[in-house]
Amino acid sequence: MTRKRIAALVGNPNAGKSALFNALTGARQKIANYPGVTVERKAGRLTLPSGEPLELIDLPGSYSFDAASPDEEVTRKVVHGEFEGEATPEVIVLVVDAANLEQHLVFAQEVLELGRPTVVALNMIDLAERDGLTLDPAALSAALGVPVIPTVAVRGKGLQELTAAIAEAETHAAEDAQWRGHVTMPERRLVAKHMARGATLSASARHTIENGIDRVLLNPWVGPVILFGLLFVIFQAVFAWATPFADALDGAVGAISGWVSGIMPEGFIRDFITEGVLAGVGSVVVFLPQIVILFFFILLMEASGYMARAAFLMDRLMAGVGLSGKSFIPLLSSFACAIPGIMAARSIPDPKDRLTTILVAPLMTCSARLPVYAVIIAAVIPETSVGPGIGLQGLVLFALYLAGIVGALVVALVLRNTLAKGAASGFIMEMPRYQLPRIKDLAIGLWQRAYVFLRRAGTIIFMVTIALWLLLSFPKAEPGESQLDASVAGMVADGLHPVLEPIGFNREMSLALIPAMAAREVAVSALATTYAVDAEDEDLAAEGVTDRIAALWSLPTALAFLAWFVFAPQCISTIAVARRETNGWKWPTFMVVYLFVLAYVFAGLTFWIATALGL
Amino acid sequence: MTLDGFENGRTARIVAVDWASLDESEGKRLKALGIDEGVEVAVTRRGVFGTRDPLAVRVGRMTIALRRSHALAIEVEPV
Repeated sequence: MTRKRIAALVGNPNAGKSALFNALTGARQKIANYPGVTVERKAGRLTLPSGEPLELIDLPGSYSFDAASPDEEVTRKVVHGEFEGEATPEVIVLVVDAANLEQHLVFAQEVLELGRPTVVALNMIDLAERDGLTLDPAALSAALGVPVIPTVAVRGKGLQELTAAIAEAETHAAEDAQWRGHVTMPERRLVAKHMARGATLSASARHTIENGIDRVLLNPWVGPVILFGLLFVIFQAVFAWATPFADALDGAVGAISGWVSGIMPEGFIRDFITEGVLAGVGSVVVFLPQIVILFFFILLMEASGYMARAAFLMDRLMAGVGLSGKSFIPLLSSFACAIPGIMAARSIPDPKDRLTTILVAPLMTCSARLPVYAVIIAAVIPETSVGPGIGLQGLVLFALYLAGIVGALVVALVLRNTLAKGAASGFIMEMPRYQLPRIKDLAIGLWQRAYVFLRRAGTIIFMVTIALWLLLSFPKAEPGESQLDASVAGMVADGLHPVLEPIGFNREMSLALIPAMAAREVAVSALATTYAVDAEDEDLAAEGVTDRIAALWSLPTALAFLAWFVFAPQCISTIAVARRETNGWKWPTFMVVYLFVLAYVFAGLTFWIATALGL
Repeated sequence: MTLDGFENGRTARIVAVDWASLDESEGKRLKALGIDEGVEVAVTRRGVFGTRDPLAVRVGRMTIALRRSHALAIEVEPV
């Protein structure tokens, strides 16, 4: 029985460790073009040429073992064998950016001083060539005293050579080389400079591409306009591009429902399928095209290197509320989902800055709100155009996203002056080079997001909807009585309704909010199931949830419901991850309470103002 | 002269950094990114509208973003 061998990927942020990890192990860790994408350790299996397995560990990027932020702390602990439940890695795979050797070789010296068997992956050698650099891996290998393998992780180049080098590495430790003993930072920097120069055969003009693009994208006046224009286009596209696909899906769900009604005898099972499964879960699944479009843009921004530029442009605004551009990336990730957003906050060094970011992350409009917003907007906002290429529905959606952003900024400002008071934190961030996103990576990213969305629909949303359907269906109504009135769920809703009635919520909405604590999309499936069960005849039952809302809800009520979902923390997983990331219940409890209070107040204000305006 | 007041695009040598005025972890981060006495840098871009904050600074082959508050602590001379 041989013990399991472990190798760890170590290096500066954005050197391509996760891309290498994916290429070597076949894993699909998130990769993107900005520093700080990976915030925790991930293990995978690499098969060595001998057929022997090796555990490969992907680690957050680090500038030094003198950790400044929680994610760097993970790297330090794993490498030093202090990470709980994990043996010290025997082999270190040091990943350096070939185009930025002078910088990456500084931390590299710190890693090599550990004296562990080490292999260097000279990664992104293709981008170095694009930048006009010709490198000499053999010279670098001689200077460092360890094997150096040129790689292009995202294109799978140099993987075999690297795997072979890892297999051999365990047999010999890093040889004593000239860099030893240079312990101060300036000394290390000088050594790095000499080594980088020695390994560079020729270097031509630097940074030409970055300079040209940044001249426009980071222009003090044009840059912000492009950023907001881009965000605006994204939300327009979510509606405009998705419509044909969403309609097709909607039609398919309707057709299946009709087909089931046709071939199955009337009764419990048929109702279960049409009212519970198809009306409920189907109403959420039809939003798949919108989700895919939203993620397409997010992935594009992440992969190209634009995300870090957006952080640069937003820093001034973030500084105004006591945060920094560093918080911008976690907050932007929260547009997809607050859970990775809250975890991404680990790359923020300042604890109070980080706490504030975690507490406001749920205010960013996550993709789970999209079905809720989309169904209500489609029901009550007319599909008119308010200008060339600007639809009113897309505009309302954009306004809801803005409301979330403004809410987050205001709450951050308040928190930074009260509970999370402290010196204003700074913004120091490496700007990555631009990269052309690869279609394959985009496709994999989109597939993963679509899969997660459908899996949620098939598991959590399915189960909650079924439970709700059962509660709605029993006990059976007497003739002449409404099924909703008679059911257990109806009685529960009657209990909650008085609290929500002042802010304009009807009983079905009150009912939908309870299962929607599990996940926001459930609000849509819950409404769909409620209306399907409560429908008096077949024709009504066949109508989609959008038509029923259009027929039954007043505009102020619908707007109040939208306002509620801008704030309400209706997501168990977010609360759970906030507990984990803040090590206790204190802050998640605070988060849930303040968000519900805001939801109630703003839904109420929306309802009262809209009613007073006679909408 | 501090980096904050230095002309865009021109190479400057850092002569002194007032580390005491910087937060300890931020100072560490700046050093890790190569901002230190004796290093040559150049401001490539300045942030939004009239605020000139943050700054994009080229260090070697890398560009980093930092705030004016940091740039004010960095004493430079033209090369």
